[in-house]
Amino acid sequence: MTSAVGSTPSGAPTRAGGEDRQAPVRPHRKRWGRTAGWLGWLWVLPALIMYGFFVLRPLVTTVQYSLYRWNGIGQAEWVGLHNYLTVVTDSDLLKIISNAFILIIFFSFVPVCLGLLVASLVRRLSAGPFGTVVRTVLFLPQVIPLVAAGIAWTWLLSTDGLVNQILRAVGLGGITRAWLGEFDTALPSVGVIGTWVMLGLCTILLVTGMSKIDPALYEAARIDGAGPVREFFAVTLPSLRQEIGVCLTVTIIAALASFDIVYISTSGGPGIQTTVPGLEIYRLAFSQRQVGLASALAVVLMVLVLACVLPIQRLTREDKA
Amino acid sequence: MNLTSRGERLTGRIFLIALVVVTLLPFLSMLSAALQPRGTVPTGLAWPSDPQWGNFGAAFTAANMGVLLQSSLLIVVGVVPIGVVIATMAGFGLGHLRVPGGPIAFGLLLLGLTLPLEAVVTPLYYQMRDLGLLNTRWAIILPLIGLYMPFSVFWMRAHFTTVPKELSEAARVDGSNTWQLFWRIHVPLARPAIASLTILLFLWTWNQFLLAIVLVDDATKRTMAGALGAFQGQWGTDLVLLCAGSLLILTPTLIVFLIFQRQFIKALIQGSLKG
Repeated sequence: MTSAVGSTPSGAPTRAGGEDRQAPVRPHRKRWGRTAGWLGWLWVLPALIMYGFFVLRPLVTTVQYSLYRWNGIGQAEWVGLHNYLTVVTDSDLLKIISNAFILIIFFSFVPVCLGLLVASLVRRLSAGPFGTVVRTVLFLPQVIPLVAAGIAWTWLLSTDGLVNQILRAVGLGGITRAWLGEFDTALPSVGVIGTWVMLGLCTILLVTGMSKIDPALYEAARIDGAGPVREFFAVTLPSLRQEIGVCLTVTIIAALASFDIVYISTSGGPGIQTTVPGLEIYRLAFSQRQVGLASALAVVLMVLVLACVLPIQRLTREDKA
Repeated sequence: MNLTSRGERLTGRIFLIALVVVTLLPFLSMLSAALQPRGTVPTGLAWPSDPQWGNFGAAFTAANMGVLLQSSLLIVVGVVPIGVVIATMAGFGLGHLRVPGGPIAFGLLLLGLTLPLEAVVTPLYYQMRDLGLLNTRWAIILPLIGLYMPFSVFWMRAHFTTVPKELSEAARVDGSNTWQLFWRIHVPLARPAIASLTILLFLWTWNQFLLAIVLVDDATKRTMAGALGAFQGQWGTDLVLLCAGSLLILTPTLIVFLIFQRQFIKALIQGSLKG
């Protein structure tokens, strides 16, 4: 029964043939089609109002602010695209943006690669108690506030923390340091926190995806003489396109829009070594009172997120039914 | 026929166990620090000879934890039911009633799926100030409902598009109007999708940090995560108390997670696959 025809008001006129076949119920469905069609908006409206008022409106306002010099209190001064010019020429702001891209390596690239490695080794997470415990534990970083992850890792990476303790225990006492406090190691250390948060989610998503692959594909590959490596590239990787796309999307957004972890673990320091756009927007808008510049940076951040995420979506989802 | 060798499976297990250990270490390290005598400088991971379980009590009092819990609960109670109800309605309208022009509304919502919160937080501050809501829990509750709409509607619409039309047609013939159709037939059927959405919204609300610190100065009116940020500022130097406090603050999510573990993981997996 092609029920969609009659109940889709906009589709009904063009598909008269479908309606003829269903003549007996037509009066009812026609009436519903006309009245409930527009009345149906009553169902959608509350969500749209909240979305419009608390997301779309501020979004437009951000773009508007970005064209002004404004300290948040006094008179705003129209400066056109000047704030954007500052964002793309100021060396500090460029470094801050590049920091976010370096974090992508840790938030996104490493978890996805490690996740793929682990997932291909595990293939099917055993359904027994071992599997349940593993799943539960690996999801813990997703469940706790990122702030708590930041605090835990600040302690772990501190001078007296576990990381240095382990290094000393294995005879690498020479390289111990305050990992989050030194110029060379601060950003990678923040990145490691992100890896810890994202790794479990990526692993489980990839394992889930892998469990849906037809085992016959693997058997065929093995019979053809493929080793684990060839098997991975010939069977596993192509079958996981969608899951990899999801992992990349989620983690890249988390890296570019990171705030909580950085705010807690380093506040952007030392210098601006670990400052990320999210933190800089917060600082510019609420401590430096440069609302216009903060907004321009916000718009740039949004564009960067879209520029990274949309191609991934397109590449990994095109064959989705 | 299983051609996966035992060696490979063993390697897999070893990797998994290593991953589990690495995931747990930060928690264990925090716990060991939280149990040291106050005023001492704890080292990495060392079980204290005389664990000071009283530190948790001290942190509970120092952080005014009772009030924080209540505040977080109030915010969750403000956000989650309203968010879930209006998202379910919108999902029904867009996915099942297929309102005319629905795809446009849906496209508009999709815009918000990848939106970083930082992109709207500054105007939200001034918007809340003009509404006179700064420093009230409404300043967190109202924007969060809006910010969750793209995902929530997406989620519920995905459910409603799979419900067969015949169901509604039968109910129509029996004389029920759209409202009755929604509440009596479709909401009960959507229960699993609604439950998952509820879990996710609870989690994201409880852990919301940026909005809480920007829009509410008073830590006792924030979410748990926001309060934890203030707690760190206040007790940052007292590592023992900070670790004890952090563990206390993440316990509620942990408990909820362990109780609804299956649903949580399912929701998180589906949530990221759909989102």
